[in-house]
Amino acid sequence: MTDTVFVLVGTRKGAFIAASDPARREWSLKGPFCETWPINHVIADPATGTVYAAGGNEWFGPAVWASKDRGETWTHSSAGLAYAAGETPIKAVWSLAIRDGVLYAGVEPAGLFRSTDGGETWSHVAGLRDHPSRPQWQPGGGGLILHSIVLHPRDPGQIWVGISSAGVFHTFDGGETWSPRNRGTRADYMPEDQRYPEVGQCVHCIVMAPGNPDRLYQQNHCGMYRSDDGGVTWESIEEGLPSTFGFPAAAHPRDPDQLFLAPLNGDIQGRFMPDAKGAIWRTRKGGTAWEAKREGLPQENAYFGVLRQAMATDRLEPAGVYFGTNSGTLYASADEGDSWAALAHHLPVITSVETVVMPA
Amino acid sequence: MDSLAPDPKPVAAEPRRPVCVRLPAALAPLFPDAPRRLEVEAATVSDLVDALDARWPGMRDRICDSTPAIRRHMNVFVDGERVGLDAPLPPGADVFILTAISGG
Repeated sequence: MTDTVFVLVGTRKGAFIAASDPARREWSLKGPFCETWPINHVIADPATGTVYAAGGNEWFGPAVWASKDRGETWTHSSAGLAYAAGETPIKAVWSLAIRDGVLYAGVEPAGLFRSTDGGETWSHVAGLRDHPSRPQWQPGGGGLILHSIVLHPRDPGQIWVGISSAGVFHTFDGGETWSPRNRGTRADYMPEDQRYPEVGQCVHCIVMAPGNPDRLYQQNHCGMYRSDDGGVTWESIEEGLPSTFGFPAAAHPRDPDQLFLAPLNGDIQGRFMPDAKGAIWRTRKGGTAWEAKREGLPQENAYFGVLRQAMATDRLEPAGVYFGTNSGTLYASADEGDSWAALAHHLPVITSVETVVMPA
Repeated sequence: MDSLAPDPKPVAAEPRRPVCVRLPAALAPLFPDAPRRLEVEAATVSDLVDALDARWPGMRDRICDSTPAIRRHMNVFVDGERVGLDAPLPPGADVFILTAISGG
Protein backbone atom coordinates (compact mmCIF):
# COMPACT_ATOMS: atom_id res chain seq x y z
CA MET A 1 0.00 0.00 0.00
CA THR A 2 1.36 3.42 -0.93
CA ASP A 3 2.23 5.68 1.95
CA THR A 4 0.69 9.10 2.37
CA VAL A 5 2.50 12.05 3.90
CA PHE A 6 0.29 14.08 6.21
CA VAL A 7 1.32 17.57 7.27
CA LEU A 8 -0.53 18.51 10.44
CA VAL A 9 -0.97 22.24 10.84
CA GLY A 10 -2.10 24.21 13.87
CA THR A 11 -3.37 27.75 13.31
CA ARG A 12 -5.02 30.54 15.24
CA LYS A 13 -8.29 29.45 13.65
CA GLY A 14 -8.34 25.68 13.71
CA ALA A 15 -6.30 22.72 12.54
CA PHE A 16 -5.61 21.77 8.93
CA ILE A 17 -4.26 18.57 7.39
CA ALA A 18 -2.38 18.49 4.08
CA ALA A 19 -1.75 15.20 2.32
CA SER A 20 0.37 13.98 -0.57
CA ASP A 21 1.86 10.84 -2.00
CA PRO A 22 5.57 10.31 -1.25
CA ALA A 23 6.60 12.37 -4.28
CA ARG A 24 5.31 15.40 -2.35
CA ARG A 25 4.59 17.43 -5.48
CA GLU A 26 0.81 17.74 -5.26
CA TRP A 27 -1.04 18.34 -2.05
CA SER A 28 -4.60 18.39 -0.86
CA LEU A 29 -5.61 20.47 2.14
CA LYS A 30 -8.51 19.89 4.50
CA GLY A 31 -9.77 22.05 7.34
CA PRO A 32 -10.30 24.09 9.35
CA PHE A 33 -10.98 21.51 12.04
CA CYS A 34 -11.64 21.79 15.79
CA GLU A 35 -14.44 24.33 15.36
CA THR A 36 -11.82 26.97 14.43
CA TRP A 37 -10.43 27.02 17.96
CA PRO A 38 -6.93 28.45 18.32
CA ILE A 39 -4.79 25.33 17.96
CA ASN A 40 -1.21 25.44 19.18
CA HIS A 41 0.00 21.96 18.24
CA VAL A 42 -1.20 19.01 16.15
CA ILE A 43 0.48 15.60 16.25
CA ALA A 44 -0.37 12.05 15.24
CA ASP A 45 0.30 8.76 16.96
CA PRO A 46 2.07 6.77 14.23
CA ALA A 47 1.00 3.55 15.92
CA THR A 48 -2.74 4.21 15.69
CA GLY A 49 -3.11 7.06 13.23
CA THR A 50 -5.05 9.10 15.78
CA VAL A 51 -4.53 12.83 15.32
CA TYR A 52 -4.42 15.02 18.42
CA ALA A 53 -4.83 18.80 18.43
CA ALA A 54 -4.06 20.99 21.43
CA GLY A 55 -5.45 24.43 21.98
CA GLY A 56 -7.39 26.87 24.02
CA ASN A 57 -10.45 28.87 23.16
CA GLU A 58 -11.04 32.27 24.77
CA TRP A 59 -14.63 31.34 25.52
CA PHE A 60 -14.33 27.68 26.38
CA GLY A 61 -10.82 27.20 27.76
CA PRO A 62 -8.26 24.46 27.12
CA ALA A 63 -8.84 21.12 25.47
CA VAL A 64 -7.18 18.37 23.51
CA TRP A 65 -9.05 17.27 20.40
CA ALA A 66 -8.76 13.80 18.88
CA SER A 67 -9.67 12.38 15.47
CA LYS A 68 -9.45 8.69 14.66
CA ASP A 69 -10.42 9.16 11.02
CA ARG A 70 -7.77 11.62 9.86
CA GLY A 71 -9.78 14.70 10.55
CA GLU A 72 -13.25 13.67 9.40
CA THR A 73 -14.71 13.66 12.93
CA TRP A 74 -13.37 15.01 16.20
CA THR A 75 -14.00 14.75 19.92
CA HIS A 76 -12.51 16.94 22.61
CA SER A 77 -11.80 16.65 26.32
CA SER A 78 -10.23 18.52 29.19
CA ALA A 79 -11.26 16.08 31.94
CA GLY A 80 -8.58 16.35 34.62
CA LEU A 81 -6.74 19.03 32.69
CA ALA A 82 -6.90 21.48 35.57
CA TYR A 83 -4.95 22.81 38.52
CA ALA A 84 -6.37 22.83 42.04
CA ALA A 85 -9.21 25.20 42.94
CA GLY A 86 -7.89 28.67 43.67
CA GLU A 87 -4.86 28.40 41.41
CA THR A 88 -4.69 30.33 38.15
CA PRO A 89 -6.74 28.21 35.73
CA ILE A 90 -5.20 26.66 32.64
CA LYS A 91 -5.70 28.93 29.65
CA ALA A 92 -4.56 26.71 26.80
CA VAL A 93 -2.76 23.53 25.86
CA TRP A 94 0.45 24.35 24.01
CA SER A 95 2.28 21.18 23.15
CA LEU A 96 1.78 17.44 22.78
CA ALA A 97 4.03 14.39 22.63
CA ILE A 98 3.24 10.68 22.53
CA ARG A 99 5.25 7.53 23.20
CA ASP A 100 3.95 3.99 23.60
CA GLY A 101 0.38 5.19 23.90
CA VAL A 102 1.13 7.68 26.68
CA LEU A 103 0.16 11.20 25.65
CA TYR A 104 1.70 14.28 27.28
CA ALA A 105 0.36 17.82 27.19
CA GLY A 106 2.17 21.02 28.10
CA VAL A 107 -0.05 23.89 29.18
CA GLU A 108 -0.22 27.59 30.08
CA PRO A 109 0.47 28.50 32.88
CA ALA A 110 3.36 26.08 32.62
CA GLY A 111 2.69 22.53 33.69
CA LEU A 112 2.67 19.00 32.32
CA PHE A 113 -0.22 16.53 32.09
CA ARG A 114 -0.35 12.87 31.09
CA SER A 115 -3.09 10.74 29.53
CA THR A 116 -3.07 6.97 29.19
CA ASP A 117 -6.48 6.73 27.49
CA GLY A 118 -5.93 8.68 24.30
CA GLY A 119 -6.67 12.09 25.75
CA GLU A 120 -10.05 11.27 27.29
CA THR A 121 -8.79 11.92 30.83
CA TRP A 122 -5.68 13.63 32.15
CA SER A 123 -3.59 13.57 35.30
CA HIS A 124 -1.20 16.26 36.47
CA VAL A 125 2.53 15.46 36.47
CA ALA A 126 2.76 17.56 39.58
CA GLY A 127 6.47 17.16 40.29
CA LEU A 128 7.37 19.82 37.74
CA ARG A 129 5.37 22.57 39.41
CA ASP A 130 6.72 21.43 42.78
CA HIS A 131 10.20 22.43 41.66
CA PRO A 132 11.58 25.00 44.13
CA SER A 133 12.40 27.41 41.29
CA ARG A 134 8.74 27.83 40.30
CA PRO A 135 8.25 31.18 42.09
CA GLN A 136 10.99 32.54 39.80
CA TRP A 137 9.32 31.42 36.57
CA GLN A 138 8.46 34.48 34.49
CA PRO A 139 6.20 34.49 31.44
CA GLY A 140 7.73 35.27 28.05
CA GLY A 141 5.93 37.22 25.35
CA GLY A 142 3.68 34.25 24.61
CA GLY A 143 2.84 33.66 28.26
CA LEU A 144 4.24 31.22 30.83
CA ILE A 145 3.98 28.29 28.46
CA LEU A 146 5.31 24.75 28.41
CA HIS A 147 5.93 24.46 24.68
CA SER A 148 8.50 21.71 24.15
CA ILE A 149 8.18 18.10 25.29
CA VAL A 150 10.98 15.72 24.31
CA LEU A 151 10.52 12.06 25.25
CA HIS A 152 13.44 9.66 25.46
CA PRO A 153 12.93 7.07 22.72
CA ARG A 154 13.74 4.08 24.95
CA ASP A 155 13.64 5.15 28.60
CA PRO A 156 10.07 6.07 29.62
CA GLY A 157 11.38 7.78 32.75
CA GLN A 158 13.22 10.50 30.88
CA ILE A 159 11.48 13.65 29.67
CA TRP A 160 12.80 17.09 28.78
CA VAL A 161 10.50 20.12 28.73
CA GLY A 162 11.02 23.72 27.65
CA ILE A 163 9.23 26.53 29.48
CA SER A 164 9.23 30.17 28.43
CA SER A 165 10.91 31.66 30.20
CA ALA A 166 11.97 29.27 32.94
CA GLY A 167 14.27 27.18 30.75
CA VAL A 168 14.80 23.48 30.16
CA PHE A 169 14.00 20.89 32.82
CA HIS A 170 14.68 17.14 32.81
CA THR A 171 13.33 14.20 34.76
CA PHE A 172 14.77 10.71 35.15
CA ASP A 173 11.80 9.31 37.05
CA GLY A 174 8.81 9.95 34.84
CA GLY A 175 8.10 13.38 36.26
CA GLU A 176 8.40 12.94 40.02
CA THR A 177 11.54 15.05 40.26
CA TRP A 178 13.07 17.52 37.84
CA SER A 179 16.36 19.36 37.44
CA PRO A 180 17.16 22.46 35.37
CA ARG A 181 19.24 21.83 32.23
CA ASN A 182 20.32 25.34 31.26
CA ARG A 183 24.07 25.47 31.83
CA GLY A 184 25.72 27.38 29.01
CA THR A 185 22.58 29.11 27.67
CA ARG A 186 22.42 32.88 27.96
CA ALA A 187 19.83 35.24 29.28
CA ASP A 188 20.85 38.49 27.58
CA TYR A 189 17.92 40.31 29.15
CA MET A 190 19.42 39.94 32.63
CA PRO A 191 22.01 42.23 34.23
CA GLU A 192 25.50 41.54 32.86
CA ASP A 193 26.69 39.53 35.84
CA GLN A 194 23.56 37.33 35.88
CA ARG A 195 23.35 36.13 32.28
CA TYR A 196 23.94 32.44 32.99
CA PRO A 197 21.41 31.66 35.74
CA GLU A 198 20.36 28.16 36.76
CA VAL A 199 16.79 28.89 35.58
CA GLY A 200 15.06 31.77 33.80
CA GLN A 201 16.34 31.27 30.26
CA CYS A 202 13.92 31.92 27.43
CA VAL A 203 14.07 28.62 25.59
CA HIS A 204 12.03 28.72 22.38
CA CYS A 205 12.29 25.13 21.15
CA ILE A 206 14.19 21.94 21.93
CA VAL A 207 14.49 18.87 19.70
CA MET A 208 16.38 15.59 19.96
CA ALA A 209 18.79 14.30 17.32
CA PRO A 210 17.71 11.01 15.79
CA GLY A 211 19.40 7.91 17.15
CA ASN A 212 21.29 9.87 19.78
CA PRO A 213 19.23 10.76 22.85
CA ASP A 214 22.16 12.57 24.41
CA ARG A 215 22.18 15.12 21.61
CA LEU A 216 19.68 17.94 21.89
CA TYR A 217 19.40 21.12 19.87
CA GLN A 218 17.89 24.30 21.22
CA GLN A 219 16.67 27.53 19.69
CA ASN A 220 16.67 30.09 22.44
CA HIS A 221 15.60 33.73 22.55
CA CYS A 222 19.32 34.34 23.02
CA GLY A 223 21.19 31.98 20.74
CA MET A 224 21.23 28.53 19.22
CA TYR A 225 22.74 25.62 21.12
CA ARG A 226 23.71 21.96 20.97
CA SER A 227 24.08 19.58 23.89
CA ASP A 228 25.82 16.21 23.71
CA ASP A 229 25.07 15.20 27.29
CA GLY A 230 21.30 15.32 27.46
CA GLY A 231 21.17 19.02 28.21
CA VAL A 232 23.52 19.03 31.20
CA THR A 233 25.70 21.48 29.29
CA TRP A 234 25.00 23.49 26.15
CA GLU A 235 27.36 24.88 23.54
CA SER A 236 26.60 27.79 21.25
CA ILE A 237 26.20 26.92 17.57
CA GLU A 238 25.18 30.39 16.43
CA GLU A 239 28.40 31.27 14.57
CA GLY A 240 27.66 31.51 10.87
CA LEU A 241 23.98 32.29 11.36
CA PRO A 242 22.52 35.70 10.51
CA SER A 243 21.17 36.34 14.01
CA THR A 244 20.95 34.77 17.44
CA PHE A 245 17.14 34.91 17.45
CA GLY A 246 14.50 32.55 16.12
CA PHE A 247 11.78 30.23 17.28
CA PRO A 248 11.66 26.71 15.77
CA ALA A 249 14.22 23.95 15.27
CA ALA A 250 13.70 20.75 13.30
CA ALA A 251 15.94 17.70 13.42
CA HIS A 252 16.62 15.45 10.46
CA PRO A 253 14.84 12.08 10.73
CA ARG A 254 18.08 10.03 10.44
CA ASP A 255 21.18 12.24 10.55
CA PRO A 256 21.99 13.51 14.07
CA ASP A 257 24.33 16.16 12.62
CA GLN A 258 21.62 17.73 10.48
CA LEU A 259 19.39 20.49 11.79
CA PHE A 260 17.10 23.15 10.33
CA LEU A 261 16.59 26.61 11.86
CA ALA A 262 14.65 29.71 10.85
CA PRO A 263 16.65 32.65 12.22
CA LEU A 264 14.78 35.95 12.38
CA ASN A 265 16.28 39.41 12.26
CA GLY A 266 16.21 39.97 16.01
CA ASP A 267 13.92 40.25 18.97
CA ILE A 268 13.53 44.05 18.81
CA GLN A 269 13.66 44.53 15.03
CA GLY A 270 10.35 43.06 13.91
CA ARG A 271 11.08 39.35 14.20
CA PHE A 272 10.91 38.63 10.48
CA MET A 273 13.28 37.11 7.92
CA PRO A 274 16.67 38.88 7.94
CA ASP A 275 16.75 41.59 5.23
CA ALA A 276 13.18 40.48 4.41
CA LYS A 277 14.59 37.58 2.36
CA GLY A 278 13.23 34.11 3.08
CA ALA A 279 15.72 31.46 4.18
CA ILE A 280 15.88 28.29 6.22
CA TRP A 281 19.35 27.56 7.53
CA ARG A 282 20.69 24.00 7.43
CA THR A 283 23.69 22.41 9.10
CA ARG A 284 25.01 18.97 8.26
CA LYS A 285 27.85 19.33 10.75
CA GLY A 286 26.11 19.51 14.08
CA GLY A 287 25.91 23.27 13.97
CA THR A 288 29.57 24.01 13.21
CA ALA A 289 28.76 25.15 9.64
CA TRP A 290 25.56 26.59 8.17
CA GLU A 291 24.10 27.18 4.73
CA ALA A 292 21.10 29.32 3.81
CA LYS A 293 18.49 27.45 1.77
CA ARG A 294 16.56 30.02 -0.25
CA GLU A 295 15.52 28.47 -3.60
CA GLY A 296 11.80 28.92 -4.01
CA LEU A 297 11.43 31.25 -1.04
CA PRO A 298 10.63 34.95 -1.56
CA GLN A 299 13.78 37.08 -1.72
CA GLU A 300 12.12 40.42 -1.25
CA ASN A 301 9.46 41.73 1.08
CA ALA A 302 9.45 38.57 3.19
CA TYR A 303 8.16 40.14 6.36
CA PHE A 304 7.13 36.89 7.98
CA GLY A 305 8.24 34.97 11.01
CA VAL A 306 8.09 31.27 11.86
CA LEU A 307 6.72 30.41 15.28
CA ARG A 308 8.26 27.99 17.74
CA GLN A 309 6.44 24.81 16.75
CA ALA A 310 5.97 25.65 13.07
CA MET A 311 8.76 23.64 11.41
CA ALA A 312 9.14 19.88 10.98
CA THR A 313 10.71 17.14 8.87
CA ASP A 314 9.18 13.95 7.53
CA ARG A 315 10.77 10.49 7.63
CA LEU A 316 10.95 9.91 3.86
CA GLU A 317 14.14 9.67 1.78
CA PRO A 318 15.20 12.35 1.02
CA ALA A 319 13.65 13.99 4.06
CA GLY A 320 10.92 16.56 3.59
CA VAL A 321 11.08 19.82 5.49
CA TYR A 322 8.05 21.99 6.19
CA PHE A 323 7.43 25.34 7.85
CA GLY A 324 4.48 27.64 8.31
CA THR A 325 4.63 31.40 8.57
CA ASN A 326 2.84 33.76 10.87
CA SER A 327 1.30 35.24 7.71
CA GLY A 328 -0.32 31.95 6.79
CA THR A 329 1.86 30.38 4.11
CA LEU A 330 2.87 26.73 4.41
CA TYR A 331 6.15 25.90 2.63
CA ALA A 332 7.41 22.43 1.77
CA SER A 333 10.70 21.02 0.58
CA ALA A 334 10.97 17.44 -0.69
CA ASP A 335 14.78 17.59 -0.89
CA GLU A 336 16.02 18.38 2.63
CA GLY A 337 15.66 22.12 2.16
CA ASP A 338 17.47 22.48 -1.19
CA SER A 339 14.32 23.86 -2.83
CA TRP A 340 10.98 25.07 -1.59
CA ALA A 341 7.43 25.53 -2.82
CA ALA A 342 4.37 26.95 -1.15
CA LEU A 343 1.95 24.20 -0.20
CA ALA A 344 -0.80 26.61 0.86
CA HIS A 345 -1.31 30.36 1.06
CA HIS A 346 -3.65 32.55 3.10
CA LEU A 347 -4.12 30.25 6.07
CA PRO A 348 -4.59 31.80 9.50
CA VAL A 349 -1.45 32.44 11.56
CA ILE A 350 0.38 29.10 11.58
CA THR A 351 1.38 28.04 15.06
CA SER A 352 2.58 24.49 14.48
CA VAL A 353 3.64 22.03 11.79
CA GLU A 354 4.20 18.30 12.29
CA THR A 355 4.22 15.32 9.93
CA VAL A 356 3.29 11.67 9.91
CA VAL A 357 3.71 9.10 7.14
CA MET A 358 1.05 6.41 7.11
CA PRO A 359 -0.64 4.06 4.68
CA ALA A 360 -3.30 5.89 2.69
CA MET B 1 -59.79 16.13 71.37
CA ASP B 2 -62.11 18.18 69.30
CA SER B 3 -63.69 15.70 66.96
CA LEU B 4 -65.04 18.55 64.86
CA ALA B 5 -61.63 19.76 63.85
CA PRO B 6 -60.96 18.88 60.26
CA ASP B 7 -58.29 16.36 59.58
CA PRO B 8 -55.16 18.02 58.23
CA LYS B 9 -54.91 17.36 54.56
CA PRO B 10 -51.63 15.99 53.35
CA VAL B 11 -49.75 18.73 51.53
CA ALA B 12 -48.29 17.50 48.30
CA ALA B 13 -44.80 18.87 47.71
CA GLU B 14 -45.14 21.32 44.86
CA PRO B 15 -42.86 20.17 42.06
CA ARG B 16 -40.06 22.66 41.56
CA ARG B 17 -40.63 24.46 38.33
CA PRO B 18 -37.67 23.96 36.01
CA VAL B 19 -35.69 26.84 34.65
CA CYS B 20 -35.51 27.48 30.93
CA VAL B 21 -31.92 27.46 29.68
CA ARG B 22 -30.57 28.74 26.37
CA LEU B 23 -27.12 27.55 25.30
CA PRO B 24 -24.83 29.60 23.04
CA ALA B 25 -24.48 28.76 19.36
CA ALA B 26 -20.74 28.16 19.63
CA LEU B 27 -21.26 25.57 22.37
CA ALA B 28 -23.67 23.37 20.45
CA PRO B 29 -21.18 21.94 17.92
CA LEU B 30 -18.97 20.79 20.80
CA PHE B 31 -21.79 18.56 22.10
CA PRO B 32 -23.62 17.54 18.95
CA ASP B 33 -26.76 16.19 20.61
CA ALA B 34 -27.20 19.18 22.91
CA PRO B 35 -30.20 21.40 22.10
CA ARG B 36 -30.00 25.18 22.08
CA ARG B 37 -32.89 25.42 24.54
CA LEU B 38 -33.92 23.08 27.33
CA GLU B 39 -35.56 22.89 30.76
CA VAL B 40 -33.55 21.88 33.82
CA GLU B 41 -34.41 21.55 37.52
CA ALA B 42 -31.71 23.34 39.49
CA ALA B 43 -31.54 25.58 42.56
CA THR B 44 -28.35 27.49 41.66
CA VAL B 45 -26.30 28.27 38.59
CA SER B 46 -23.67 25.82 39.81
CA ASP B 47 -26.32 23.08 40.13
CA LEU B 48 -27.50 23.93 36.64
CA VAL B 49 -24.00 23.58 35.20
CA ASP B 50 -23.61 20.25 37.02
CA ALA B 51 -26.90 19.05 35.55
CA LEU B 52 -25.74 20.02 32.06
CA ASP B 53 -22.42 18.25 32.66
CA ALA B 54 -24.23 15.09 33.77
CA ARG B 55 -26.11 15.00 30.48
CA TRP B 56 -23.22 16.15 28.27
CA PRO B 57 -19.96 15.21 29.98
CA GLY B 58 -17.38 17.95 29.65
CA MET B 59 -19.85 20.82 29.32
CA ARG B 60 -18.96 22.18 32.78
CA ASP B 61 -15.34 22.65 31.64
CA ARG B 62 -16.49 24.76 28.73
CA ILE B 63 -18.62 27.06 30.88
CA CYS B 64 -16.55 27.18 34.08
CA ASP B 65 -12.86 27.23 34.92
CA SER B 66 -11.13 25.48 37.82
CA THR B 67 -11.19 28.52 40.12
CA PRO B 68 -14.12 27.58 40.11
CA ALA B 69 -15.89 30.44 38.33
CA ILE B 70 -17.79 31.13 35.15
CA ARG B 71 -15.16 31.57 32.46
CA ARG B 72 -13.95 35.11 31.84
CA HIS B 73 -15.47 35.34 28.38
CA MET B 74 -18.70 33.53 29.22
CA ASN B 75 -21.76 35.18 30.73
CA VAL B 76 -24.76 33.75 32.54
CA PHE B 77 -27.90 35.86 32.80
CA VAL B 78 -30.80 34.90 35.08
CA ASP B 79 -34.02 36.80 34.45
CA GLY B 80 -31.97 39.52 32.78
CA GLU B 81 -29.29 39.87 35.47
CA ARG B 82 -25.68 38.81 34.92
CA VAL B 83 -24.80 36.45 37.77
CA GLY B 84 -22.08 34.17 39.14
CA LEU B 85 -21.93 30.46 39.86
CA ASP B 86 -23.47 30.76 43.33
CA ALA B 87 -26.53 32.67 42.19
CA PRO B 88 -29.89 31.09 43.12
CA LEU B 89 -32.33 30.17 40.38
CA PRO B 90 -35.92 31.19 41.03
CA PRO B 91 -38.40 28.55 39.88
CA GLY B 92 -39.18 29.03 36.22
CA ALA B 93 -36.32 31.47 35.68
CA ASP B 94 -35.07 32.34 32.24
CA VAL B 95 -31.36 31.51 31.99
CA PHE B 96 -29.15 32.58 29.12
CA ILE B 97 -25.62 31.19 28.83
CA LEU B 98 -23.83 33.41 26.35
CA THR B 99 -20.42 33.79 24.78
CA ALA B 100 -19.05 37.28 25.37
CA ILE B 101 -18.37 39.58 22.44
CA SER B 102 -14.74 39.74 23.54
CA GLY B 103 -13.88 36.11 23.22
CA GLY B 104 -13.70 35.37 19.50
